[in-house]
Amino acid sequence: MSLKNLLLQKRSRIVKKWCDVVLRTYPEQSQSFLKKKDPFGNPLGHTIAEGIESIYDELLQGAESDNIPLFFDNIMRVRAVQDFSPSQAVGFVFGLKKVIRKELGSEILKEGISEEWAAFENRIDGLALLCFDIYTACRQKIFDIRVNEVKKQSHRLLKMAGLAYELPGDYEHPGYEGDLKEGQVNKSE
Amino acid sequence: MNAIASLILSGGAISMLVAIPFLAVWVLPHVYGIRLEWLFGIVIPYLAAIIFFVGIIYRVVKWAKCPVPFRIPTTCAQQKSLPWIKYGYAEKLDNPISTAGVVGRMILEVLCFRSLFRSTKMEFGAGGNIKYKSSKWLWLAAIVFHYCFLVIILRHLRFFTDPMPFFVPIIEKVDGFFQFFLPVVYQSGFLIGAALTYLLLRRLLDPKLRYISLPADYFPLFLILTIAGTGILMRYVLKADVVSIKELTMGLVSFRPVVPEGISVLFYIHLFLVSVLFAYFPFSKLMHVAGVFLSPTRNLSNNSRIVRHINPWNPPVKIHTYEAYEDDFREKMIEAGLPVEKEAALPADKE
Amino acid sequence: MADIPESWKVPPPKAWKLSTPEELVKDVDHRPLSLLGLEKGWMRTAPDVEIKPGMHCHAALPKRLETVDMPNPRQWSAMDEDWKLPRNWKEIILEGFKDRLGRFRSFQLFMDICVRCGACADKCHYFIGSADPKNMPVLRAELLRSIYRKYFTTAGKLLGPIAGARELTLDVLREWWYYLYQCTECRRCSVFCPYGIDTAEITMMGRELTNLLGLNIDWIAAPVAFCYRTGNHMGIQPHAYKDMIEFFLDEIENVTGVRMSPTFNRKGAEILFITPSGDVFGDPGTYTCMGYLMLFHELGLDVTWSTYASEGGNFGFFTSNEMMKRLNAKMYAEAKRLGVKWILGGECGHMWRVINQYMGTMNLDIAEGSKLEEPVSPITGTKFENTKSTKMVHITEFTADLIRHNKLKLDPSRNDHLKVTFHDSCNTSRGMGLFEEPRYIIKNVCNHFYDMPAGTIREQTFCCGGGSGLNAGEDMELRMRGGLPRANAVKYVHEKYGVNKLACICAIDRAVLPNLMEYFVPEVDVTGLHEMVANAMILEGEKEKTVDLRGEPLPGREESE
Repeated sequence: MSLKNLLLQKRSRIVKKWCDVVLRTYPEQSQSFLKKKDPFGNPLGHTIAEGIESIYDELLQGAESDNIPLFFDNIMRVRAVQDFSPSQAVGFVFGLKKVIRKELGSEILKEGISEEWAAFENRIDGLALLCFDIYTACRQKIFDIRVNEVKKQSHRLLKMAGLAYELPGDYEHPGYEGDLKEGQVNKSE
Repeated sequence: MNAIASLILSGGAISMLVAIPFLAVWVLPHVYGIRLEWLFGIVIPYLAAIIFFVGIIYRVVKWAKCPVPFRIPTTCAQQKSLPWIKYGYAEKLDNPISTAGVVGRMILEVLCFRSLFRSTKMEFGAGGNIKYKSSKWLWLAAIVFHYCFLVIILRHLRFFTDPMPFFVPIIEKVDGFFQFFLPVVYQSGFLIGAALTYLLLRRLLDPKLRYISLPADYFPLFLILTIAGTGILMRYVLKADVVSIKELTMGLVSFRPVVPEGISVLFYIHLFLVSVLFAYFPFSKLMHVAGVFLSPTRNLSNNSRIVRHINPWNPPVKIHTYEAYEDDFREKMIEAGLPVEKEAALPADKE
Repeated sequence: MADIPESWKVPPPKAWKLSTPEELVKDVDHRPLSLLGLEKGWMRTAPDVEIKPGMHCHAALPKRLETVDMPNPRQWSAMDEDWKLPRNWKEIILEGFKDRLGRFRSFQLFMDICVRCGACADKCHYFIGSADPKNMPVLRAELLRSIYRKYFTTAGKLLGPIAGARELTLDVLREWWYYLYQCTECRRCSVFCPYGIDTAEITMMGRELTNLLGLNIDWIAAPVAFCYRTGNHMGIQPHAYKDMIEFFLDEIENVTGVRMSPTFNRKGAEILFITPSGDVFGDPGTYTCMGYLMLFHELGLDVTWSTYASEGGNFGFFTSNEMMKRLNAKMYAEAKRLGVKWILGGECGHMWRVINQYMGTMNLDIAEGSKLEEPVSPITGTKFENTKSTKMVHITEFTADLIRHNKLKLDPSRNDHLKVTFHDSCNTSRGMGLFEEPRYIIKNVCNHFYDMPAGTIREQTFCCGGGSGLNAGEDMELRMRGGLPRANAVKYVHEKYGVNKLACICAIDRAVLPNLMEYFVPEVDVTGLHEMVANAMILEGEKEKTVDLRGEPLPGREESE
């Protein structure tokens, strides 16, 4: 049996355990709440559950998927403002390796598909890198918002005092793209 | 406090409370020949009743003496404003402006646990549509518990009145509706056990609840569970001598206390625990029964723009007057063409 | 996975610890409260409570407190080991605690009757967004209750931790401060509490207590000091205030071709208009302010603005009840001085909680001998009976009445490019009940309105994440966490209906929500209600409009080049 089939077979178990990995990064007292299914009363838990499941499915699809960054973005956008160090915020991605090894380790050996597994592990590493990019972009966004808030507060006063210089409307910033647009990450090739 | 310590403490306290009357009423007479029924059948119940009533009055008076400086109802529906904006019954109850509305709101709150009932939970159904699911287990358990408690108290009036008020047999009839066994099985006793068990398990199994729970939360649950348990035992298993018990209880309420022979130790345990509950009541969170009536976010009407609410200690404060303000900025105000009260000070004025 | 060798590790910043991935996927940084463990649970402070950057606001500068005679002004920072507390700080807190127990039934009662049922636990936006269990309302209150029990109840004195009591220590004080400034006093929890326990009351008392030690935050203390001296939070002097409004007149003229002429500090006007100064000095509130100007002009309303009472908001409300009274007093004082008949109030949240639930009680005696009378709309003749005593009308009540009587010429198609949803502000919702007036207005000035799902609006509305003086820049992470539930509901209507405008009637919302949207739902923009009203309004003598107040092209009316 191919790795993909194994992963499909154990899908619900793996997804659930990976989800638990994420939830375990939150205080124990709150984990039961985060498991509550309520998209509006519990947006954090909902985002995680939905994101993890979708990422797993997309990952199995194999092809480069546009949706993976989107789902990661949803999750990381919240984690980037929570009580985590950068490594803690993205660390859950590696948890998937551990979960799969635990669930499928013996099958992988038995079926002799360790090469396929190594390739899959590589993809997970790729996920982690992507996740880190998104995390960084979110942090950057927070800093931008901080700065912009200050700018916004003073801008009108400067404008009123005739001190602000307005750039012409068609002026383009040279090569400024460092922003997350619609949940997508800029892929610099 | 962590959960296990709380459980041990509360459980230990309850065991001790059971052991005391057991030792005093059952062991002491057998071993030393000392009889203490008068203590547990008369003195302690009287003391507990005194503590209960005096304590409650003390607490309520203390609360009532506390002023309500501001009118701070939590408004949970549209306000009464323009005549064409709907202000119907629902609004009158959830955002009252009249005393009648407030009374209605309090009735809903006290009798139906309106606020607890608000809890809902949403889920996405097929096609991303929102479904509302009930999340009312807490409400249900609370309602069942409190009403069963009430029914049980009313049923117990049988022991304290002669003749019984007309409603006692009716309640007994309703409560024993499912007559499968003899003696009649009262559902309230078992329902209250189920509700209490739910409330207890909730505290133990939900990590959030476990985190916030104190021994003071487990203790009353255990206490009431044990009281219900001993009551059920007496009624269905180790049949108690109802006639003697009534002699004792009637003696208590008519202030001619007697200690009849032949009352089982189980009854003394039951009575002692009830006494403990009574005595514990005024000093515990159980006072929410009285407190809810005084809660300023519920028992005030949202009419503070219509009628002035008076704060008894409304403090005099120092304010920055317009005159002081104008003094600070007069020149600039004149220059900007803003009207001023006093014209700019002439140089001559400064002398 | 390779690990970073031990010797390579750089010294980590204070709040971080480097971990191996293995550790990361186990429990992170949070001590599990196991059933069998010997932990003391929430009563433990250190090391569980650590004041983190991004989660708190800067300490107040001493001069702010000196301006308004608040105690213990000094230079300090929450990140410091030493908060430079007065030596008798414990006595001050306990004295203050006792004093307030005797003055506020709410405080006394809410200390006594909580049964810890947990109904409120998952209702707080900060808990929902952070999963920090100390953000559960019940626990925030227990932080104070534990001290109450220790020093003011017999059981607590005798039994200590068994009765849920604990000593007042420096760590407890730090914990208080940290979590009292993680509550926006939004009162959502009080909707669900079976006894109506209102965490806002407890937070207010807690903040009053910590303020006795000079532990104010600058984002609240500065506006308070400014407001006291200059009349508004921004510290704008009278001439600049006027300049700013005149600057708006230019912009309005550019867009509409109509020149308006508002008056300031004018005696004998019928109505005094007071709005939060955020509307005058911060985008996008400024457009709302232009909306007021256009509305008043179009109606020919006999209204005056005041530079002395140039602040509707009241950060004193987040400081202490005395400070709230001191700042609020200006409204009636100015109304009396100018001899107006009634006061009209702009769009603001906490300003309206103060006006609705506090102002008359606190300051109505100032209005004695004034010309204030029961407000009547001069345009429609409607008596605002619900403001009989306070004599202050909310502008959405006023405008809804106008629209109802067809007194405004509106062309809602001018807002056709907008798909609008409405954010109920906490204070006007749970401290007033202002739900239908704004919705009625929105439905009349635009054609596409979609409410967010039930449970996230009206009395159950979620906070913007920056209320009660927490909309500073330095606590951005806190704001984003707290705003998550709100943003999440907006995201839902954005994805489902294509909503691109979030309307609100609160100056703090207008300052906080744009950032929240930028972070979570960048496609959605924030507007005040009267900006939309003004954009839809057909002014007498207006030129062909091609842009809205923000200078953005109107759909189908773009300038042909």
